[in-house]
Amino acid sequence: MNTPPTAPGDFHARDHAWHPPALTPAYKTSIARSPRQPLLSLPQTLSEITGPTFGQPDLGPLDDDLILNYAHGGEPVGERIIVHGRVTDGNGRPVPGALVEVWQANAGGRYRHFKDTYLAALDPNFGGCGRCLTDADGAYAFRTIKPGAYPWPNATDSWRPAHIHFSLSGSAFCQRLITQMYFEGDPLIARCAIVRTIPDPEAVARLIAPLDMPAAKPFDALAYRFDIVLRGRRSTIFENRLEGN
Amino acid sequence: MVQTLGYVKETPSQTAGPYVHIGLAPGAAGLDRFPRQLGQVIAGPQSLGERIRVEGRVLDGVGTPLTDVLIEIWQANAAGRYNHPEDCRELAVEPDFSGFGRVAPDFGTGIFSFETVKPGPVPGPGGRSQAPHLNLWLVARGINLGLNTRMYFGDEQAANATDPVLGRIESAARRGTLIARRDGAEPVYRFDIHLQGASETVFLDI
Repeated sequence: MNTPPTAPGDFHARDHAWHPPALTPAYKTSIARSPRQPLLSLPQTLSEITGPTFGQPDLGPLDDDLILNYAHGGEPVGERIIVHGRVTDGNGRPVPGALVEVWQANAGGRYRHFKDTYLAALDPNFGGCGRCLTDADGAYAFRTIKPGAYPWPNATDSWRPAHIHFSLSGSAFCQRLITQMYFEGDPLIARCAIVRTIPDPEAVARLIAPLDMPAAKPFDALAYRFDIVLRGRRSTIFENRLEGN
Repeated sequence: MVQTLGYVKETPSQTAGPYVHIGLAPGAAGLDRFPRQLGQVIAGPQSLGERIRVEGRVLDGVGTPLTDVLIEIWQANAAGRYNHPEDCRELAVEPDFSGFGRVAPDFGTGIFSFETVKPGPVPGPGGRSQAPHLNLWLVARGINLGLNTRMYFGDEQAANATDPVLGRIESAARRGTLIARRDGAEPVYRFDIHLQGASETVFLDI
């Protein structure tokens, strides 16, 4: 086997007590879709510490602007907002070049997806899909419309709080993460069965974006700040290569 | 009291929900205005190696195929090299080999299918080689944290027999859940993923 001149350290173990468990019966769909056998824990290899990387040529010019990227002849209805933040790792370092992908419902709580049949109207000028890359400091920003809450068939009174879905791709396949961002002050957050899959209230708080008035654009758009942390890597104080590579 | 270490916990996961396609595979959601979909081509025509197709389903505990799952694929090329700056072995990566794919099953049947090249073996722990495999990550409604697994190749018996990951699975039946069956001359590898039940696939904590 070739030995590379240098190989960075592997990634910190994922804390499964912090993430939601697979089986969360109050979120009914998890019952039939949750593995029941223990996960097999592995030492990391190139298969886990590498992963797809992306660059500007992968993106379109309006991918970070959900107000304009589906507009035909008008702009979408709703509260104009900027969502921004930083992607850092568990060691507090920025993650540059991370792919941030978002999707969301429109201001009425309706998704542009053929499977969404909620009675709120589609907005002809809103698609609900966006993406961008973090800069050298790990910063990212989108412009969008604040999504609406909507009912969903978990219990008869189940409503999702307003939320934006986030997908994060760092430099490694083992950092892959999907989550949801909620908005400060929404009374539906505490009632939501999906939010409540997360056992620790401190972890839930990490998903609630505060209003960020200094970042708002006067006479145009409010701003919310959502910082994201991906798994960090072990330092390589006593080694400079992953065993075996 | 002691000093604090200062590590920051990862942002907690939430389910991708039923509309994950809007964000990650907008064409599958019916959105026609985002021409650049990521992960559509794993290995372009210039990529060397055997051309293969992988086909299967993701089944829930009642045996129903998931139609709203999204699967990501990450693999090495035929020479066993990943398209990543940290794989710094002196092996070539073809210009049209990404190694990354995203696939959503057919909304009617739940059958997924993708084309790629068969990967080569890649280095493992302790100087051992890992048998050729695809790294897979599954997200869907009802899955609270994305599920990692691997697909190995049924016609690689010798390499599979010494693979360090397969070797950690005590039960031969469970080991078999990671091995795809080669079928036909095309060839097609058939690989069903079972989220739970007697045939539950081995999922990995990587």
